[in-house]
Amino acid sequence: MFRKILIANRGEIAVRVIRACRELGIASVAVYSDVDRASLHVRKADEAYHVGPAAAAESYLNIGKILKAAEACGADAIHPGYGFLSENPAFSQACADAGVKFIGPAAGSMELMGSKTRARQQMEKAGVPLIPGTSRALASAEEARDVAAKIGYPVMLKAAAGGGGKGMRLVLSAGELRPALEAAQSEAQRAFGNGDVYVEKAMINPRHIEMQILADEHGNTVFLGERECSLQRRHQKVLEESPSPAVDPAMRRRMGEAAVRVAQAAGYTNAGTVEFLVDQDRNFYFLEMNTRLQVEHPITELVTGLDLVHLQIRIAAGEKLPFSQEGVQLRGHAIECRIYAEDPDNNYFPSPGKITLLLAPSGPGIRRDSGMYEGWTVPIDYDPLLAKLIGYGTDRTQAISRLTRALNEYFVGGIKTNISFFRRVLRDPDFAAGKFDTGFLDRLLQSRQAEPAGGDIEIAAIAAGLFAILDQESAASNDASSLVAGNGKRPSAWKKTSRAEAVE
Amino acid sequence: MIYDIAIDGKQFHLELARAERTWRCRLNGRTLEVDAVLARPDVLSILIGGKAYEVKREHTAVDTHLWVGPARYAAAIRDPRSWRGRRGALGEEAGPRKLMAPMPGKVVRALVAEGDTVEAGQGILVVEAMKMQNEIKSPKKGTVQRIAAVEGATVNPGDVLAIVE
Repeated sequence: MFRKILIANRGEIAVRVIRACRELGIASVAVYSDVDRASLHVRKADEAYHVGPAAAAESYLNIGKILKAAEACGADAIHPGYGFLSENPAFSQACADAGVKFIGPAAGSMELMGSKTRARQQMEKAGVPLIPGTSRALASAEEARDVAAKIGYPVMLKAAAGGGGKGMRLVLSAGELRPALEAAQSEAQRAFGNGDVYVEKAMINPRHIEMQILADEHGNTVFLGERECSLQRRHQKVLEESPSPAVDPAMRRRMGEAAVRVAQAAGYTNAGTVEFLVDQDRNFYFLEMNTRLQVEHPITELVTGLDLVHLQIRIAAGEKLPFSQEGVQLRGHAIECRIYAEDPDNNYFPSPGKITLLLAPSGPGIRRDSGMYEGWTVPIDYDPLLAKLIGYGTDRTQAISRLTRALNEYFVGGIKTNISFFRRVLRDPDFAAGKFDTGFLDRLLQSRQAEPAGGDIEIAAIAAGLFAILDQESAASNDASSLVAGNGKRPSAWKKTSRAEAVE
Repeated sequence: MIYDIAIDGKQFHLELARAERTWRCRLNGRTLEVDAVLARPDVLSILIGGKAYEVKREHTAVDTHLWVGPARYAAAIRDPRSWRGRRGALGEEAGPRKLMAPMPGKVVRALVAEGDTVEAGQGILVVEAMKMQNEIKSPKKGTVQRIAAVEGATVNPGDVLAIVE
């Protein structure tokens, strides 16, 4: 087993990995940029090293600096978390070259999955269902026209080297094809230095369902059930659940077996996720493979009872998977909300700043993976994900009610968050019925329905006045207690409170 | 103590006086007995006739909201005895209005020039934070009196970016 692991990340996922290290008796090493000195992962780790300025390219994305820190502190493995360098084959390779174990797949598997057309060719051979389309770059506008006519409009043009929606065009009819192809090719060339574009049948409002897999370095691969990820805003997942309301045991087994074939065809090791699009007839098609730990991994942990980060570390250390496919049992239901620093009154725009008040939920069936604390200033330089709140229950109904209860307990003051948005999603009748697709959130947000009309407006008015008075009193008593500290002479507000408590 | 309070734009006249262990409260002429404890800064526990409420205060540089359970209310307060009662705090539309930075960020560019006529809701400036660009919109119809923000400058919440007359 490793003695020391460096975590090449920040925020809640760095804290998550540090906790796993502590549980396994492994020393943990944080790295941080100029603006993250006071961040939670630095406080929680056994060691922490500065790696550069706020700009990620000069700190968390800088392979040379990260490896230098690993070497200097004697780390024998690196966990990349998600985002940043986690899906960069050059980083995986550089770790291997430096003799530090990368906790994730080898560079070759990552490279294969990074090229959409190469991945499609490989998956076609492995007999994995693919969205109808081409598995090679389009050679000409004529070829594009013929293929599109064959598979039928609407079609989607996609960059072979793509990601993040760049070089992607939805084409509704033959007349739009040529200009869209040219635009996609030049955009792909600019974004990725590779203008290759291929075509797929466009699926309108499909479900987005992904399958978690684990593969050890001895040829064993298992699937750990699916995650329903259809609730997205601006192509970003915001709420995920496991199991999916749309998947039954037979479909789960078919998807799981397809995901295992995907992983094996790529020579994949460690934890990975195979993403599928699912149409209204519940046909599923391979979309892509995420070659890292996912943000939403906790929901799988709750329904399987497994710790994915422990298993990632054990697999990287050369251990065999301690269970077989038959040993994986799903139990209960888990739902995750991604708590972002963003303003629901201002089009969900990021809202960094100082957290002046933090009331955290707890109680039955609640897990909170957080990177924030009261008094911390959320930097303006990174992704606005603050924490993940996960509700677990015997069934979906109980998971929803526990999560709703916990969201009502959760309070973050000083900055704006999307907590209220989740209350709205969870009480939506279609969500409760499990009837939704990737277009659901956009439709919900357009409906502009606010929080239920508050019957407590008068309470708010009374509270506003009370805050004004009590603020002054507590400010006065703070000043007084700092002046008279230790001499037993208490200010009057304090005396009054203690007396009141003694009576009760 | 006497306060004029606006909650979600609705006006309240509130008188508060300390009673033995509670507060005697007159709200728009109605009398209530209120038991209140500041559990910690920004968290108030209120009992009225045995019914319990927890009220949380969300303060940012530009506004204040109160949460009563899951419901959120915009709150503005004016103490009539105070000569420094803020103009515009209760939502008056007249007079010059300041556009303040709602978050820390960087000014990307101005979308209008001084002297331009603008509509309510029209974008005045673009501020970038957390890799996203945000339009700061005019709170009213009027004329841009001043653009205070400099392109490329870092701003903090509450900094005045522009004034619309």
